Amino acid sequence: MLSKSTHDIAASFSRRGVLAATAGLMLGLASLTGAKAADDTIKVGVLHSLSGTMAISETTLKDTILFLIDEQNKKGGVNGKKLEAVVVDPASNWPLFAEKARELITKDKVSVVFGCWTSVSRKSVLPVFKELNSILFYPVQYEGEESERNVFYTGAAPNQQAIPAVDYLMKEEKVKRWVLAGTDYVYPRTTNKILEAYLKSKGVAQEDIMINYTPFGHSDWQTIVADIKKFGSAGKKTAVVSTINGDANVPFYKELGNQGIKAKDIPVVAFSVGEEELAGIDTKPLVGHLAAWNYFESIKTKDGSNEKFIKDWQAYTKNPKRVTNDPMEAHVIGFNMWVKAVEKVKSTDADKVIDALPGIEAPNLTGGVSKMLPNHHITKPVFIGEIKGNGQFDVVWKTPGLVAGDAWSKELDGSKDLIGDWVGKKCGNFNTKTNKCLGSGS
Amino acid sequence: MPVHLSARLCALALTLLLIAFALPAFAGPFEDGVAKFANDDFSDTEEAIGVVASSGNKLAFPIISALQDGRLMADPDSKKVYVTGTDGKSIDAATGEAVASVPDSASAVRLNNRLRRSVDAAIGSLTLQSPDVGTRLQAAQSVFKSHEETALEAVDAALAKETNRSVKAALGDARAAILLFKSDATEVEKLEAVATLKARGDQEALALLTGMGDQPASVTKAAASAISSIQSSLAVWSGVQNAWYGLSLGSVLLLAAIGLAITFGVMGVINMAHGEMVMIGAYTTFVVQEVIRTRYPALFDYSLLIAVPLAFLVAGAIGVLIERSIIRFLYGRPLETLLATWGLSLVLQQAVRTMFGPTNREVGNPSWMSGAFELGQITITYNRLWILVFTLAVFAILLAMLRYTALGLEMRAVTQNRRMAASMGIATSRVDALTFGLGSGIAGIAGVALSQIDNVSPNLGQSYIIDSFMVVVFGGVGNLWGTLVGAFTLGIANKFLEPVAGAVLGKIAILVLIILFIQKRPRGLFALKGRAVEA
Repeated sequence: MLSKSTHDIAASFSRRGVLAATAGLMLGLASLTGAKAADDTIKVGVLHSLSGTMAISETTLKDTILFLIDEQNKKGGVNGKKLEAVVVDPASNWPLFAEKARELITKDKVSVVFGCWTSVSRKSVLPVFKELNSILFYPVQYEGEESERNVFYTGAAPNQQAIPAVDYLMKEEKVKRWVLAGTDYVYPRTTNKILEAYLKSKGVAQEDIMINYTPFGHSDWQTIVADIKKFGSAGKKTAVVSTINGDANVPFYKELGNQGIKAKDIPVVAFSVGEEELAGIDTKPLVGHLAAWNYFESIKTKDGSNEKFIKDWQAYTKNPKRVTNDPMEAHVIGFNMWVKAVEKVKSTDADKVIDALPGIEAPNLTGGVSKMLPNHHITKPVFIGEIKGNGQFDVVWKTPGLVAGDAWSKELDGSKDLIGDWVGKKCGNFNTKTNKCLGSGS
Repeated sequence: MPVHLSARLCALALTLLLIAFALPAFAGPFEDGVAKFANDDFSDTEEAIGVVASSGNKLAFPIISALQDGRLMADPDSKKVYVTGTDGKSIDAATGEAVASVPDSASAVRLNNRLRRSVDAAIGSLTLQSPDVGTRLQAAQSVFKSHEETALEAVDAALAKETNRSVKAALGDARAAILLFKSDATEVEKLEAVATLKARGDQEALALLTGMGDQPASVTKAAASAISSIQSSLAVWSGVQNAWYGLSLGSVLLLAAIGLAITFGVMGVINMAHGEMVMIGAYTTFVVQEVIRTRYPALFDYSLLIAVPLAFLVAGAIGVLIERSIIRFLYGRPLETLLATWGLSLVLQQAVRTMFGPTNREVGNPSWMSGAFELGQITITYNRLWILVFTLAVFAILLAMLRYTALGLEMRAVTQNRRMAASMGIATSRVDALTFGLGSGIAGIAGVALSQIDNVSPNLGQSYIIDSFMVVVFGGVGNLWGTLVGAFTLGIANKFLEPVAGAVLGKIAILVLIILFIQKRPRGLFALKGRAVEA
């Protein structure tokens, strides 16, 4: 009883406290950028948590957008106008994301918003972007099964991360037995559903798949790691596919290391662990564990674009050790695509920009050129990297070319006939069997 | 003509042979193998490992162990391969000749997991007769893991010479594992192998027996009985393991809650900033380790011992400050205290976020906190073991302090009856400050220990505050023994529920059980009786 009332009061209190803090921060930022006159600037909204659980991941993305705006303004802005960032802090509080999104669009009149990390936060702001007809660039790998007119997904869909990773393990490491471990929320659950269907289609038996969910921020991994060890001792090569998110990864990897599970015995391939997350761990016991991403900081490019980006980023943040990661690259691609679209239609009008975006191409940081597809996802290369002793990744495999993002998974019965096509069909969930658009009712 | 030709051929062959002897660097399967390391291709590297390991060349071991440690450098342009020694000196891997320096264009030969396994297997069979017992044991174990037929000869040779008992046993296991998978081994040999593995009786033996594939009928039958006997003994061990995990989780809960048992349990202050005191302790550890890393790297193993008193002082001082500046004005007003301390927890979190950044900070495990040992068939990790020991020590010290020191006596007096204590001449406000400082200081100590198993981030405290209140309320407010029993009960119950219900449902089940329990016994396990209750 105590904790119930505590929680309610606490929630409202925390929101107010954070609002005050945010207001202070925004004042500071506004005076920093110094751009006041609204007419000769284009406002860009940044909707990333700067406090709370997700601050660990999202703060960097806020900095990335500020960095990109800075670089763009050095080049003279867009269509002769300077860009101006409007930063808000939704404080890892999902309903607050919707409130802040509304504030950005109606009060600050931003032309575009770069934001969100968790799928819950994206789902929370969707109705706002639809109602007010604005544009959201979403930079994080996610579970797919979505294609909205107002959202552009620059992170990986499951077929651009999870499926290639499983393919790699099957072919290179000859894995026969699978542990699908994840945090208990929508992204891991949907991804694991897709992976389970995919593994079964490849002839893996039910008894060779173990699925395990843990709460957010889980810290006592002893039982689960022991279970994995037991599951792995059935005489078949075993691997763990991890959709464990955020903070819980550190104690998970520590426990793996302490219980002596080496990558060469049971490799773990993770979809949410990047350079940023490894910065808090001693990576020596983790050498050889894997991650699948569309970008790694360690990738060398022929034209030096990645090296230049890292150098400029470290100079901008005045921190020579600051790492880069995959969602940052997604923001870079998304931002450049948006700039190109706005320059193409010579306007920031949402309808015009949304129509102009599909087909726009922008270089990614790994030496290729990504393209915005009619389903509002992009083409990306997929890399498998092994963790090295210094917290970076060593790319051990990559797809031969770019992979087009599927909004709807081909592995699930419910979505295999659906496509998203905002160019020809003007529909996010078009059923190719019945030739009908399901519309927003589904 | 034919005579001529054959003579010529003979001459040619002779010349070639001479060249081969004179310039071994340019010919021979060993040198070709070594050159393959420079191709930066995983399958070429795998081939090279095989060639080098089976070459019998005395450079084989230095090359493969350098490969394992990332000291094998390959120059993609000249296809030359170098071994960099741990002392910084380098040799040409193909000839063994010393080189002045490795060219800049050379980079370490890359490995992936498949290759790491072959490297382990190769090192295993190369070091089976090493003079060092530890190395031999490790070698036998890696041969057991890879159980490749090619190692059989080496294992037999090593077995004949081995005198150490545990190495001999490990070699026997390795031999059994090889024979079990060897297609042309006799039935008798295979039956013996099954018996050896059955005697070993652990998960790895189980893995070999279940994965052995097609075998003669008698072997399959023996294996099936071995599997079921191993499984039933492992089932017993898994019960023991759950109990151990429960104790370990209980110790973490106790450690997190013990400070709160003082500030909330003894003083009655609903202290929502308790978790942040834990966090401050963890960050103190981080700062201590940073200083040690940059200035006195040799002291790293002592970093936690240095951090414990510092964390106690830092968190305790902040606790006293909080009590003097905020909480003392709010005694007897629980709702306001709750709000004020909650606000304070946000302030402290944001302050740490601003000072140290929002990302996790790396706190390393000293060597004595890393790794694990096997006790029967369960794995006990050192960090968990030390945390359990540490928690019990903190608990004992605290208990002794409350019972046997003057300050402890005053604390108990003030919390039992403030006005009476005041009229006996105790400076109650000073005691309040010190008690709150003590509770906060102990939370800080908890932070040192928790930094070893959890993230050091500004959110560290949040994840423990609910659990801590749960433990204190369940154990009975105002009773340290209640907190101890409560923490271990919850820990063990949680760990026996988790394998059955899963981590998410297990946690929910525990909360439901606590709600039901509190309905029945609102004052927790050990309710305080007497006049103190209403104070």
